[in-house]
Amino acid sequence: MYPRPFEYVAPKTLDEALAALDQTEGAKVISGGMSLLGLMKLRLLSPGTLIDIGRIPELDQIEDRDDHIAIGALVTHGMTASHALTTEHATALAQAASWTGDVQVRNRGTTCGSLAHADTAADQPAGAIACGAVMVARSVGGDREIAAADFFVDALTSALEPNEILVELRIPKEGGRSAYDKLGRRGGHSDYAVAGAAAWVRSDNGTVADARIGLTGVGTAPSLAAGATEAIIGSDGSAEAIAAAAERAVEGVTVLEDLYGSEEYKTHLAKVYVARALEQALALARS
Amino acid sequence: MTSTISPTTTTSALGGVVHRKEDPALIQGHGKYTDDIKFTGEVAAAFTRSPFAHATINSIDTDAARAMPGVHAVYTIEDVRHLGTLLAQVPVGALRPLLADGVVKHVGEAVAMVVADNRYLAQDAADAVSVDYDPLEAVIDLKDALSDRVKVHDSLDSNLLISWVGPFGAEPEDQQKVKADIDAAKEGDDVVTVSQEMLNQRLIPVAIEPRAVVADYNPGYGSMTVFSSSQIPHALAGAIGKTLGLLSNQVRVVAPEVGGGFGAKLNVYSDEILVSWASMQLGHPVRWTETRREAAHSTVQGRGWVATATIVGTKDGEILGYQLEGIADMGAYTQNFTVAIPFLGLFVGSGQYKMPTWWKIDCVTTHTNTTDAYRGAGRPEAAYYLERIIDMYAREIGMDPAEVRKKNYIPNDQFPGAVSPVGFAMDTGDYGTNLDALIATSDYAGLRAEQKKAREEGRYLGIGLSSYVEVCGFAPAGLAELGFSWSTYGLPAAFSGSGLVRVNPDGTATVQIGTGPSGQGHETTWAQIVSDRLAIPVEHVKVRHGDTGDSPMGIGTFGSRSAAVDGSATYEASQRVRAKAAKMAAHLLEASEEDVVFANGGAHVAGSPDSSVTWAQIAEIAYMPHKLPEGMEGGLEASVVFNPSNATWPFGAHLAVVEVDAETGNVDLLRYITVDDCGNVINPMIVDGQVHGGIAQGVGQALFEEALYDETGNLLTGTLIDYPLPTAADLPTFELSRTVTPTDINPMGVKGIGEAGTIGSAQTVVNAVVDALAPLGVKHVDMPLRPRRVWQAIQEAKG
Ligand SMILES: Cc1cc2nc3c(=O)[nH]c(=O)nc-3n(C[C@H](O)[C@H](O)[C@H](O)COP(=O)(O)OP(=O)(O)OC[C@H]3O[C@@H](n4cnc5c(N)ncnc54)[C@H](O)[C@@H]3O)c2cc1C
Repeated sequence: MYPRPFEYVAPKTLDEALAALDQTEGAKVISGGMSLLGLMKLRLLSPGTLIDIGRIPELDQIEDRDDHIAIGALVTHGMTASHALTTEHATALAQAASWTGDVQVRNRGTTCGSLAHADTAADQPAGAIACGAVMVARSVGGDREIAAADFFVDALTSALEPNEILVELRIPKEGGRSAYDKLGRRGGHSDYAVAGAAAWVRSDNGTVADARIGLTGVGTAPSLAAGATEAIIGSDGSAEAIAAAAERAVEGVTVLEDLYGSEEYKTHLAKVYVARALEQALALARS
Repeated sequence: MTSTISPTTTTSALGGVVHRKEDPALIQGHGKYTDDIKFTGEVAAAFTRSPFAHATINSIDTDAARAMPGVHAVYTIEDVRHLGTLLAQVPVGALRPLLADGVVKHVGEAVAMVVADNRYLAQDAADAVSVDYDPLEAVIDLKDALSDRVKVHDSLDSNLLISWVGPFGAEPEDQQKVKADIDAAKEGDDVVTVSQEMLNQRLIPVAIEPRAVVADYNPGYGSMTVFSSSQIPHALAGAIGKTLGLLSNQVRVVAPEVGGGFGAKLNVYSDEILVSWASMQLGHPVRWTETRREAAHSTVQGRGWVATATIVGTKDGEILGYQLEGIADMGAYTQNFTVAIPFLGLFVGSGQYKMPTWWKIDCVTTHTNTTDAYRGAGRPEAAYYLERIIDMYAREIGMDPAEVRKKNYIPNDQFPGAVSPVGFAMDTGDYGTNLDALIATSDYAGLRAEQKKAREEGRYLGIGLSSYVEVCGFAPAGLAELGFSWSTYGLPAAFSGSGLVRVNPDGTATVQIGTGPSGQGHETTWAQIVSDRLAIPVEHVKVRHGDTGDSPMGIGTFGSRSAAVDGSATYEASQRVRAKAAKMAAHLLEASEEDVVFANGGAHVAGSPDSSVTWAQIAEIAYMPHKLPEGMEGGLEASVVFNPSNATWPFGAHLAVVEVDAETGNVDLLRYITVDDCGNVINPMIVDGQVHGGIAQGVGQALFEEALYDETGNLLTGTLIDYPLPTAADLPTFELSRTVTPTDINPMGVKGIGEAGTIGSAQTVVNAVVDALAPLGVKHVDMPLRPRRVWQAIQEAKG
């Protein structure tokens, strides 16, 4: 397939990239290209300039920084899925990354790219929300921190400004455990989520002391399942408590019908996957 | 009779596993596909396509496109109307104009063609062609189309193009009597009638290699050279010649490596004609390669039936009659086989069963892309309805579905030559033995016990089975009277087989066939056939294919016909070469011709293997005729046209085990077990490979794929994001085995296997899912069994 003509620049430093992004009308960042190039080939998107951040050193690291871990802009889905720091401190995100596309996609696509792309049915946004991630958006004017729960604004729309690059994702080390589960469009866990949920829980003496539940696939954007989160906090994490929380899965969410499910079905699935993610996270927390 | 793959190397005998000769080149990236073959000075075409399913074209403004740098030409129907329409093999319905003529009839119809220096510029210019449309109401739904509320073509009396009614060949009043008798049986005492409307959804055939074509006209030689990713190079050469006023031998069409076809490349396309014509106009070679989105919108699609299947039978499993009545979607324009596809379904309308059958499929035109052959072509649809309704009947009377099937099979004493209830004479069959083999190899009783246990644990495990009979290798040549020939393409050639075998002066052999593989392994299978007859090692047999410039007339690779029809021609040609070589060997060995035995790369005298000559020694005298005895003709080659007396009728039985997550509707395919019967097997590994691919495509239909149009005719699943294909990761390891019932209509006793896997599998999976959900009261779910549909069916059954 054949995109419209475009300019291509590949800066060697982040500062050069930020300056280019700031100064070039209609420019877009490209990292793994897994989503962007498809849209360009279908001519649904035709940026005048691509700024390839792929050659900027040091963005491809996952770092341990005392109270949080940091996932750089060029960390691939594959690396997020398998790195010891993510599997320990952001299990839900790692699980979501492991079910993102196929091996080829996971070797090229980036976690930050998936978040910046903000597809309504992408996996990792749910994990980022549940894990309490903070997005670091950088522009020529400096850094801005955005909570994951505030980052996904609408379909294919994040809170990033056109001149900002998502340089890293920070996940706090808060203890507790997390899990992600979904129904993929292809069935099982493969392909984008028809519905998916990630849950993070911290238990204290048999009580759920804190929790966050991220939801994807069902609404206009991945979001915090606020009602379910509220319901599970302070509960005993029993099957009844999980069921009660799951009932509130789509509270405040505008559920959208698409090719993969009616509003009714998606609402049902949201409940099923909130329950399954909670069960798995609580089981991990107990073990 | 079962077989397993063992990785042995070369054995020249028929029936041996020979590793595919073509694979080393393909795997290492040395294979040359159409897009790899470059001409000096070539330019690229792109098409402006309709965004509407039905609209009047008020005007087409090409000025902006023409003014763009690098653009050579922009063509509309005004430039090409004089060439006539696209030709079709069975021209019933409206033929496709080469570019839209005043009205567009489906989304994606080509309205203008741009030729530019490269494909990017061509696409930019195609986007710059401005078309003023007046949208009209489109008719997409099949029942709506049949009502003629909105007509697709003013030139036609009705959207109904043709009805295929069985028993085939019977007088209309006799057909009506069959129907009436079955209707009367429904009124009998102690009978059960089961009826279900079912959708056999439209599919998009997705070959890994998209369609591609490049044409180079040389005005000095007056010759047209075309490379195209086609299953039918000869038909294409004929059509190009006939449309552009060239003789067929001025046109050379080469189908080089072809990366999958599945019937979608069994078509002559307007882009192939237009690119060839443009090369004559512009004095440049012109290339076009489709994008995936174009493939979904302008390469033919398959299936697309809605029909009601009805069975009436006794409570102890004797089927008294079967009726199928429904509608098949032809799309907007008739192309190669289009209206004949449901007819191929009628051939197997009564399956391998003996009950009276009445069958009627109405072929209607709609404002959608054309449908045509897709792996199985009519036969998967026919098998689906029959094998689904048999399962529903078995459940209704509380009898095991395997038992019901066995009870109603055509008995062995009718073979060879059994005439099916829909009116076709079949070659050989032994259905009971085949199903018994499946029951045994799958440990059916054990599976049922496992299912019982799973149900007690609240799990939804399902077991589905299906048997099928296929018809393939369509013959005899007399079928040409029904349209089975390339006559409309200017080549009056019936569907017979051809093969040319030559032993070269160095003792190697070359085979030239008019058909070419699109993944089926002809280079290996044909080498085995020749090697078996001549005892020349497989490594020394080169198979040349798919080039109309240097091969005998070839029909094409489709309808699982190559081995049975063209392979038989090659077998017979080898026999002739062998007979001639035997004379020469006898001369060299100073023995009598009758005592010459061919083995181990040469010939020897029976009983004394030391008295031998090599093929090189035989060839030497063949090509140095002064060394031949007086009166013996030189050369060592033969070309044969083989006209089988019938098609072949392979069959088999499939079984699937699934588990359904009743909470989400997700289906997990756990096991897939088959016992196919394609007669004698030339290369078991290649046969297994064909079954693998066939099952994958049947499972794809059952679980994943659907060409879904909205009511205005937009294809909602036109990219591979929304049109999921099964991958290896979605499929279990297939457990394959075989029974062997040779055909009596060709010398090798081989039937076809290319489509069998697809014909047997979709209903097997659906039967398994419905079986899993039977405790919840689910009786039927339409394909594809996406989780949302399965979940919906569960909700509806719960009430
Ligand atoms: C075959 C296939 C299957 C897939 N399956 C799944 C799936 O199952 N689940 C799923 O969630 N996703 C799936 N995806 C999408 C995949 O996750 C993409 O890799 C991801 O969405 C984008 O990451 P990328 O690095 O490739 O970004 P790109 O494609 O390079 O960019 C995507 C968008 O994000 C912007 N962008 C990228 N990086 C940054 C940055 N650091 N700062 C600011 N903006 C940025 C770009 O400008 C662009 O708008 C699939 C994709 C393919 C091709």
